[in-house]
Amino acid sequence: MAEPVTRSSGRWAAAGFLAPAVVSLAVIGLAPLGFAVWTSLHDYNLTNLRNVRFIGLENYTASLTDPVFWDALGRTFLLLGFALPLQLGLGLLIALLLHRPGLGFLKTLTRLGLVIPMATTYAVVGLLGQVMFNLKYGVVNQLLGFVGIGPIDWLGNPDMAFATIVFWDVWQWTPFCALVFLAGLTTVPGEIEEAARLETKSGWTIVRYVQLPYLLPGLTALLILRTADTLKLFDMVFTMTRGGPGSSTELISLMIQRIGFRAFDQGLASAQAVLLLIITIVLSRLYIRIVYREVST
Amino acid sequence: MSGRGSTGGSVAAQALLLGLIILLCVFPFYWMVTTSLKTQVLALESPPVWLFQPTLANYAEVLFDDEVGRTLINSLIVAVCTTALAVSLGAPAAYALARFEFRGKRELWFWFVTNRMVSPIVLALPFFLIVRNLGLLDTHVVLILIYLTFNLPIVIWICTDQFRSIPRDLDEAARLEGASQWRIFRSICLPLAMPGVAVSAIFSFIFSWNELMFALVLTRTDAKTAPAMAVSFMEGYDLPYGKIMATSTLIVIPVLVFALIASRQLVRGLTMGAVK
Repeated sequence: MAEPVTRSSGRWAAAGFLAPAVVSLAVIGLAPLGFAVWTSLHDYNLTNLRNVRFIGLENYTASLTDPVFWDALGRTFLLLGFALPLQLGLGLLIALLLHRPGLGFLKTLTRLGLVIPMATTYAVVGLLGQVMFNLKYGVVNQLLGFVGIGPIDWLGNPDMAFATIVFWDVWQWTPFCALVFLAGLTTVPGEIEEAARLETKSGWTIVRYVQLPYLLPGLTALLILRTADTLKLFDMVFTMTRGGPGSSTELISLMIQRIGFRAFDQGLASAQAVLLLIITIVLSRLYIRIVYREVST
Repeated sequence: MSGRGSTGGSVAAQALLLGLIILLCVFPFYWMVTTSLKTQVLALESPPVWLFQPTLANYAEVLFDDEVGRTLINSLIVAVCTTALAVSLGAPAAYALARFEFRGKRELWFWFVTNRMVSPIVLALPFFLIVRNLGLLDTHVVLILIYLTFNLPIVIWICTDQFRSIPRDLDEAARLEGASQWRIFRSICLPLAMPGVAVSAIFSFIFSWNELMFALVLTRTDAKTAPAMAVSFMEGYDLPYGKIMATSTLIVIPVLVFALIASRQLVRGLTMGAVK
């Protein structure tokens, strides 16, 4: 008898607890998206606001047939293709190193050191890149000079500028991968790992057959988070290269920002933003399917 | 555990590798701080100098002449307000997600996560137009509100995890005593969930403090935040390296302190609970 009463009162209570957050997120996060869709269906230029007119899907067809859009998207995934394997590989090696017994103090120090790249403001990483990778005054070329390499025009040459972005992204996010893998390694039951070590001397065999199952949840999370964060990446590249030289480092977020705020074509930029949002939502669907399985139960 | 000699050698190799990793992580930070202590002439020395007479002139200049101090205060106002708002809106929502069953819960979760994924440019475009029409460009309140789009999800995620770990028996016992749902939340669960709430507040603060794109698009002078200020030094031909690095150092130091405090929870926070 009491059961239905508590359930219905529970529903009201839940609504009361949730409403403030849901309503504010809807007003701030959802309503503007509706407006973005409206803008994307119009010829909406900031320099010519008197002539805003409805043009249907023209901005979408223009984006989808524009090589600049596809180039920026391709460049974004190219960055991911270069940086992610490096981050995962180096991250796993660092995690395995930290997981070995001994040298406790040095390892604690390393763990704290790993926090520095992750915590450094993205915009500052880009500014720091300008200073350190400068052709003439940069410390990177000086250090390379000691071993007889250089000087390299890191930020002036299109290919090198892209490589610099890959390098910085790897610097900033390898520690994150390392810490996620390390968290996975610590969930391997000690007895299982020790039993395996008695069986084989090959470290790789242990990684492959004993530790890998425990690393998988973290790996999945990393794959999807890094993909989403690369699609979002703006600050570091904007402060270091502004997408240049030419458009060699213009990632998707930078391109949309340029079209919307430096070319003032809000209609076209909104259409591209909506397309980016669709890509993001597809990826997020994957994310919740794979990573947060326990939520559905 | 195996032969003494081989472990001796491998321990030395390990220590060397660890030292190298630490060096790689710390060096850019070191370079930023030392460059901030150089005069412009010294900063433009080629090749760069490593030993020099440090000066605080850049700090004095950016703080008092270039109003970086004011932008740091703006950053502080925005980050503190948005964090307070995110926690007071997010904690009750997290409690409901941890304690109640209702239809659409899965969709709600999904919506919250999506906000973590969305590129800020997607919201920056319409937000700019709306705010411009309302005449609210360059105000703190706009940044405080838009930062909720990434702070609310993070607070809700971390706190939901935390509330789940509190035994339901406590709620039941209090209900039998006749306590209202709000009172159970306020006086029993919230105090117990404080560690999670604090961690989520730290994250919220860090994300807001670091944010650049919204600040770049939505502020001009009055509400300009420190990262946006650092970027504005980049205009012109002769870049004031020392000043840029001094501003950068002032931005990074507080974040670093918070991140080191929360370093144990960093992974959990950045993966939104996917990895414990």
